[in-house]
Amino acid sequence: MSQPLLSVEDLRVTFELHRAGDLPWTRPRLLRAVSGVSFELFPGETLGIVGESGSGKSTLARALVQMVPATGRAVWQDGADLIALSRRAMLRYRADIQMVFQDPLASLDPRMTVGQIIAEPLRTHFRDLSETERKSRVKAMMDRVGLLPNQINRYPHEFSGGQAQRIGIARALVVQPKLLICDEPVSALDVSIQAQVINLLSELQRDLGLAMIFIAHDLSVVKHISDRVMVLYLGRTMELAESRALYGDPQHPYTQALLSAVPIPDPAAERAKVVIPLEGDLPSPMNPPSGCVFRTRCARAEDVCAERRPELTRAAHGVACHFPGPVAASAGRVPA
Amino acid sequence: MTSLLTIEDLRITFPSRQGPSEVVRGVSFTLGRERLGIVGESGSGKSQTGRAILGLTPPPGKATARVLDFDGTDLRAASAATWRRLRGARMSMVMQDPKFSLNPVMTIGRQLMEALKFGASETRAEARTRALAMLEAVQIRDPERVFRAYPHELSGGMGQRAMIAMMLVAEPDLLIADEPTSALDVTVQVEVLRILDRLVSERGMGLLFISHDLRLVSSFCDRVLVMYAGRVVEELKASELTQAQHPYTRGLMNCLPKIEGGQRPLPTLERDAAWAR
Ligand SMILES: Nc1ncnc2c1ncn2[C@@H]1O[C@H](COP(=O)(O)OP(=O)(O)O)[C@@H](O)[C@H]1O
Ligand code: SF4
Ligand SMILES: [Mg+2]
Repeated sequence: MSQPLLSVEDLRVTFELHRAGDLPWTRPRLLRAVSGVSFELFPGETLGIVGESGSGKSTLARALVQMVPATGRAVWQDGADLIALSRRAMLRYRADIQMVFQDPLASLDPRMTVGQIIAEPLRTHFRDLSETERKSRVKAMMDRVGLLPNQINRYPHEFSGGQAQRIGIARALVVQPKLLICDEPVSALDVSIQAQVINLLSELQRDLGLAMIFIAHDLSVVKHISDRVMVLYLGRTMELAESRALYGDPQHPYTQALLSAVPIPDPAAERAKVVIPLEGDLPSPMNPPSGCVFRTRCARAEDVCAERRPELTRAAHGVACHFPGPVAASAGRVPA
Repeated sequence: MTSLLTIEDLRITFPSRQGPSEVVRGVSFTLGRERLGIVGESGSGKSQTGRAILGLTPPPGKATARVLDFDGTDLRAASAATWRRLRGARMSMVMQDPKFSLNPVMTIGRQLMEALKFGASETRAEARTRALAMLEAVQIRDPERVFRAYPHELSGGMGQRAMIAMMLVAEPDLLIADEPTSALDVTVQVEVLRILDRLVSERGMGLLFISHDLRLVSSFCDRVLVMYAGRVVEELKASELTQAQHPYTRGLMNCLPKIEGGQRPLPTLERDAAWAR
């Protein structure tokens, strides 16, 4: 097997929350947005990350590029630990790791032209590039993502959401990164436009040999694009497996509940389908349950689930559960 | 089925620099006590259609129709007093983002009580019980807490459910839901859809469900209208989606990844200027 591009070990992000009116010496409340996440990412591979909003997907992505402070390790293929690097040293790696965000318009500077927006990362990371060379790379990139040459002097607000996302993708790829992190890149787009952006991303990834971390809450979209998928819940990994195995044979009760909620486009089939209910609401990340963080909503939970945290198994199909298994195995079980 | 809402030749026009632009161009349909979906891309006119039914066409837009009848009332001629009587009590709208529809400076409880407009025969305590029961009906586990909360204190899913409670507490006959679940996680979405479903089958409400996601709409509506450039290009039973005739409907259906796997690359949606004519 090839060397991983990135090895993440025990990544944690904790936010300190200060309430308005707190005295300076009041201890802040802690919000554990990401707790002990580990995974490897190989060159050219796409890792999908799914989970409900607030599960820590965006925070995890941002921690990898020091947009939020984290602990643990994120070892790049050359041995550098992205978490421990100085800000200055991090800058060198920022060319290799680029991001694309959900809201295409909000993530583009409205006062810059498309040409300026796409050229900006080149100015930051490839300072000795001549003006002519920079221009030609921008033009080549615009062509690559399906923008027209005559759009180079336009401003972001003149573009539709789908077009704006193409600009965001061009800006990310113009510095030829090895890893592209996409945080909900199509969630804000119309269904028909989503397909175009998904196709563009898959094609670029294949042609450029990019590795990708693809975050989305739409399970069908993630399945389509990912080689492996990680399921996050309250900042922890519940299941991590090859896409086909995770969707075809989910082992974790949370993954099973998520998949059972995906609508079937036929009213009779939809009404007949068994939705695995999630009990209650998402617990507060400031006060996560003891043991298994999913236990307050799990129909399979037993006493041990409150006492011991299940570790993610280190197998090709990893699952963090004391009672993993297909749905039917638990059907007869009396919930504790 | 008796029809609750009849619309014939609905047209909505907005002035623009290039002269008046017609965003809804002759839409007709009837709605009974059933689930009717309207599907289309942004700008196809589906939300404006929904708003026009409630008399909420934003100025300077203008809506006209040959028939716009809600349960015997001609909405085209409705006075301000008639609208006040209808809106909230008999017809309501749920929108995508609870942030825009809930009053940020009022507790959920107060807003619910206001929507209830409890009559003389009901005491405040009785009305409160009814409001709490509605919060429970939309699967809120801790109704007392939510009753006392302000909108910003609720998570997205809770806020959306609180808003649905708000729209439903007056037991409207017609509910227009415009992308009611697109800001929600699938797990919450499935709950919200089941709540709406029960309201139609148990209370006989009429539901107009507006979305850009054809697969979602067909998981749950009885009939679907497909809109393109201000017109209905196809009307079909959700159960017969695979037999769709119009290439646009087929395109919408096929261009999204399917959980059971499918084509790669995804087929792109073709558009034809002729469909808009
Ligand atoms: N800057 C921040 N300060 C405090 N809490 C935050 C911050 N960013 C995110 N969080 C919290 O961290 C948790 C994970 O959030 P996020 O990573 O955005 O989840 P997701 O992307 O899966 O929706 C949430 O509880 C969120 O409210
Ligand atoms: S460890 Fe226990 S509570 Fe957690 S998912 Fe498994 S069965 Fe459910
Ligand atoms: Mg996010």
